[in-house]
Amino acid sequence: MSSTRSSDTKAPVGVLGGGSFGSAIANLLAENQPVYLLTRSEEVAASINTTRNNRGRTMHANIIATTQVKDVADNCCLIYPIIPSAGFRETIKSLAPFLTPEHILIHGTKGVDVQLPPGVSLTADYKLNPKKVNTMTEVILQETIVRRVGCLAGPNLASEILDDQPAATVIASHFDEVIKIGQRTLRTPRFQVYSSNDLTGVEIAGVLKNVIAIAAGALNGLGYGENAKALLISRGLVEMIHIGKHLGGDVVAFLGLAGVGDLIATCSSPRSRNYTVGYRLAKGETLDAILADMEEVAEGINTLKISKSMANYLGYRAPLTETIYEVLFGGKTVEEGLEYLMKFPFYVDIDRSMFGAD
Amino acid sequence: MATKVHNSEGWLYDPILPDTDSWPIVKLSREREQFLKELVELSIQNIKESLGNNPANLKDELARTLYTEKIRLNQTPWKADRPDEKDFWSKVKKDMVRINAGHENPHAFGHEDLIERIVKRYAEEIAGVFDVKAYDFAKGFTTFMFARLLNASQGKGFSRFWDSRHNLHDKIHLVGEIDHIRELAKQGTLIVVPTHFSNLDSMLIGWAIQSIGLPPVLYGAGLNLFGIKIMAWFMNRLGAYKVDRRKKNLLYLETLKMYSELSLRKGCNGLFFPGGTRSRSGMLEKRVKLGLLGTALQAQRMNFIEDGDDAKKIFVVPVTINYNFVLEAQSLIDQHLKISGQEQYYVENDDFSTSSKMMRFIYKFFTASSEIAVRFGTPMDLFGNRLDELGNSYDPHGNQVDIKKYFYSNGEISKDLQRDAEYTRMLGEQIVKSYHREAVVFSSQIVAYAAFRIFKKRYNRMDLYGLMRLPSEELVIKPKQLMDTVDKLVTRLREMHANGEVHLEAEVIDGSLSTIVKKGIANLGIYHAKLPLMYNDQGDFESQDITILYFYHNRLEGYELHKVI
Repeated sequence: MSSTRSSDTKAPVGVLGGGSFGSAIANLLAENQPVYLLTRSEEVAASINTTRNNRGRTMHANIIATTQVKDVADNCCLIYPIIPSAGFRETIKSLAPFLTPEHILIHGTKGVDVQLPPGVSLTADYKLNPKKVNTMTEVILQETIVRRVGCLAGPNLASEILDDQPAATVIASHFDEVIKIGQRTLRTPRFQVYSSNDLTGVEIAGVLKNVIAIAAGALNGLGYGENAKALLISRGLVEMIHIGKHLGGDVVAFLGLAGVGDLIATCSSPRSRNYTVGYRLAKGETLDAILADMEEVAEGINTLKISKSMANYLGYRAPLTETIYEVLFGGKTVEEGLEYLMKFPFYVDIDRSMFGAD
Repeated sequence: MATKVHNSEGWLYDPILPDTDSWPIVKLSREREQFLKELVELSIQNIKESLGNNPANLKDELARTLYTEKIRLNQTPWKADRPDEKDFWSKVKKDMVRINAGHENPHAFGHEDLIERIVKRYAEEIAGVFDVKAYDFAKGFTTFMFARLLNASQGKGFSRFWDSRHNLHDKIHLVGEIDHIRELAKQGTLIVVPTHFSNLDSMLIGWAIQSIGLPPVLYGAGLNLFGIKIMAWFMNRLGAYKVDRRKKNLLYLETLKMYSELSLRKGCNGLFFPGGTRSRSGMLEKRVKLGLLGTALQAQRMNFIEDGDDAKKIFVVPVTINYNFVLEAQSLIDQHLKISGQEQYYVENDDFSTSSKMMRFIYKFFTASSEIAVRFGTPMDLFGNRLDELGNSYDPHGNQVDIKKYFYSNGEISKDLQRDAEYTRMLGEQIVKSYHREAVVFSSQIVAYAAFRIFKKRYNRMDLYGLMRLPSEELVIKPKQLMDTVDKLVTRLREMHANGEVHLEAEVIDGSLSTIVKKGIANLGIYHAKLPLMYNDQGDFESQDITILYFYHNRLEGYELHKVI
C-alpha cells in the first residue's frame, strides 16, 4: 500500500459514512484527490459508482464507493470517519484490524460515546460519571493502534457545503502533522480550513452545542425573535462550558469557531437537524413522530440524555439542559418549559469562577 | 523460565547475563572517550538545529548561558561543584569578550569553539563511570547490610545482628511481571520508571533490579546527592550520571538529553523517576516530566533508522514502590502545604544531607519499617501497547503492531519533533494510569484514608488549612465509625482488584475487617514521633498529627473512593 502513496499528494483519502455530512466531505476531498467512501448498503455504493447519485445528492467522479472497511484501510493512509456516534465504536472496531500505526484518522462526528453496563439506560435520574463518557477521539485511541487523531469541527452544515456555498471548518489535533495533512486534503477555493491544538475542547464544544440548537429551534417554532435567541445562546454557552469542563474541555475552545461560531450557526439554521427537532416540537408534533420521519440522527438528543445524567452525577443545576430534557422526555410542552426558565433565578450573568482554577 | 535459587539472602533470580563483559553499561564505560566525543558532536548538532542554524542565535544563547551560570555560581554553590568552576567560566567570559570585540565574524567560528568547550565540560560532568568491582562490592554490601539491620530489628537490638533467620525477601516483596520483564531484557532495552516517595527509592530499586537478575541500569542522580560522601563514592562507580537541576540553559539540557538518548541507543538499560522529585503530597504521580522520557522516543526512532526491522526495541517498565511509612513524610507534607504544589527550586532538606544522617535514615528504615512492596508493572512499548515475551507489540484486539510505522509519513520514517513530543505526552499519561493500576494498597493506607475522610466530613466547612490546624482532642473517632468506613473502602477496593484496576496486599484481599484495621493501625507511619493514628486510652482512635495522616491518605487519591463512603 505504501507504493500507491509514496510522496505524491494525490494519494487517495478515505471517508467512512455516506450520510449528508460524510457525502459533503467526500465531495470536497474529491476535488483534490481520489476518495474511497464507505457506505453501509451495497445499493447506495452501487448507485454512487454507476450513476454518481447518493440518495438525491450528486457525488464527485473521483469517489469510489465501497462497503468493505478493508478497501478503505488498505488504500488510504488518511481516513475521515463521519458516522453517527451511536454506531461509531462498532465501525471503528471493524476497521481496527486493518489499521497500522501509519494511519491518520480525522473524525467529523459531533457526539460522545457512553459504555453502560448491560440493562442500564440513561433514565431521568441516572447518575453518569463523566469519566464514563468518551469523545470520539478516545474511542479511536481505545479501539485501535492509531495515535495520530484529529477532528473536524465548526459550523459546517452539510447541505450548504453540498450546495457549494463558502464555508470553513476547524481541524483540531495535538499533532501538527495531522492538521497539515487535513488542510492539504480538504482546502478548496470555497472551503477554508482553520487549525486548533485543543482537540478535546473543540470536540466537546461541537458536541454540546447540539442541545442548545434544539432549544433554539423550539423558540423559533413559537415565533419568538432575536432577543429570546440571544438570551438562549448566551445562557446556553455558560452551561456548555460548565458541563464541558468536566469532560476535559477548556473555556477558550468555546470562544472559537468550533464553539460559539458553531453554536450560532446551528441555532439559526432550519437546515440543522437538531434545530428542526426543536422547531417541530414547538409546532406541536411529538418527539416520536419527528424521529420517525427524520432521515438522519439528531445527535443532540443523545447528547441531551448524557448531559442530563452527568449533571445528576455532579449535583450541578443545568436549568436549560433540564428544561429541554423535560420537554423532550418529561411531557412538558415547549411553552411550559419556557415559562419555567423565565422564572428560574439566574440573577448573575457570568460566574467568574468559570474562568478561574476551579 | 527463571530459576529461583534460595540462598542465605532469600529468593533470588539468576542473572540473565552472567558475563559482566557483555553488559552494555560496561562497554559504555570502557569506551568512555569515544562515547563522549560522539555525545559532544551530536549535542552540538542538536543545539544548532534548535537555534535554527543561525550564528546570531548561537551568540545570544552563549551570552544567556554565561549569564545564568554566573548567577548559579554566586547564588547556589554546591559541595559537589567542581573546584575549577569559577576559573572555567571566567575564562569563557574573557574569550567571549575578546571574540565579540575583535570583529563580527559571520561564521561565528569563535563562538562555535566556545560552545564546544562548554558542551564538552557538561558532557564530562554528566557522564558516569561504571566499575564492575565496585558494583559487586556494593551489591554484596547492601544485601549484607540490609539483611543484618533487618535481623537486628526483629530481635532486641544488636544481639541479633549476626542472625540470619529473617530474610530480606520477607520484608521487601518483589512482585509483578518479573519473568516477562526478564525475557524482554534479553530482547531489547529497558527503561525502568518507578514512583518516587522516598530518598530510599534509588537504593531500593537498584537492589530490586539486581535481585531479579537484570544487569545494572543507568540512572540519573541529582548532583546535590554527590555532595554526600558515601553516596558519591557508590554513585561515581555505579554508572550514575549527574543531573544538575540548577542548570536550565539550552546547552546543558541538550547535552543531558543526548546523553540519555545515546546510552539507550547503545543498549544500556535506563532508570529514571518520571515524577522528577519525591511526591511531596504523598499522592501517586499525576503527571510526569517528559524531558528524559522524550529521549527514549528519539532513541527508538534512531534505532529504526539505523537497523530497520532488526532494530532493538525500547520497553517501558513502570514500577510502584509501596511503603507503610515514609520517613521524610513530615517534611514532605510540610513543603507541600507551604507551596501548594507550585514548582520551585528546592534544596534537599535536612533529613538527608550528610553521610551520617543518611546512615541513620537507613538504620531507622530497617529497624522501624514494616513491609515494602516493589511491584514491577506490566511492561509496554513506547506507545503504550501490550507486549509478548519476545517484545512484539499488540493492539487491544490482539493484532500484532509494527511500531516502526508510528514514525512514518508517506511510507518512510521521518523526523518530526512535534510528533515525538506528542507521543511522549501520551506515554506519560499511560505511565500515570499504570501507576494507579500497579499500586499495591496496604491496610495502613486504607485506615489513613478512612480516618482523614471522616474528619474532612465532620468539619466540612473548613478548608484544608483549617483541618490541618485542628488540635488532637478534636481528632478522635469511635471504633464503629472507622470500621464502617474501612468496610466500605475494602468492599470497593476488592471490586477494583477483581477488575484489575489496583493491587492489594494479602490481608486486604481476604482478611477480616478487624485484621485489616489492626494491621493498618500497627503499620501506619509507625516511626513518626507523633502517630498519624493510634488507639487512645478510651479505646477510640486518635490522630496525633493530622498532616501526616493527610499524607498517607493521599496515596489513595485518584481512585474515586470518596464516592463510596
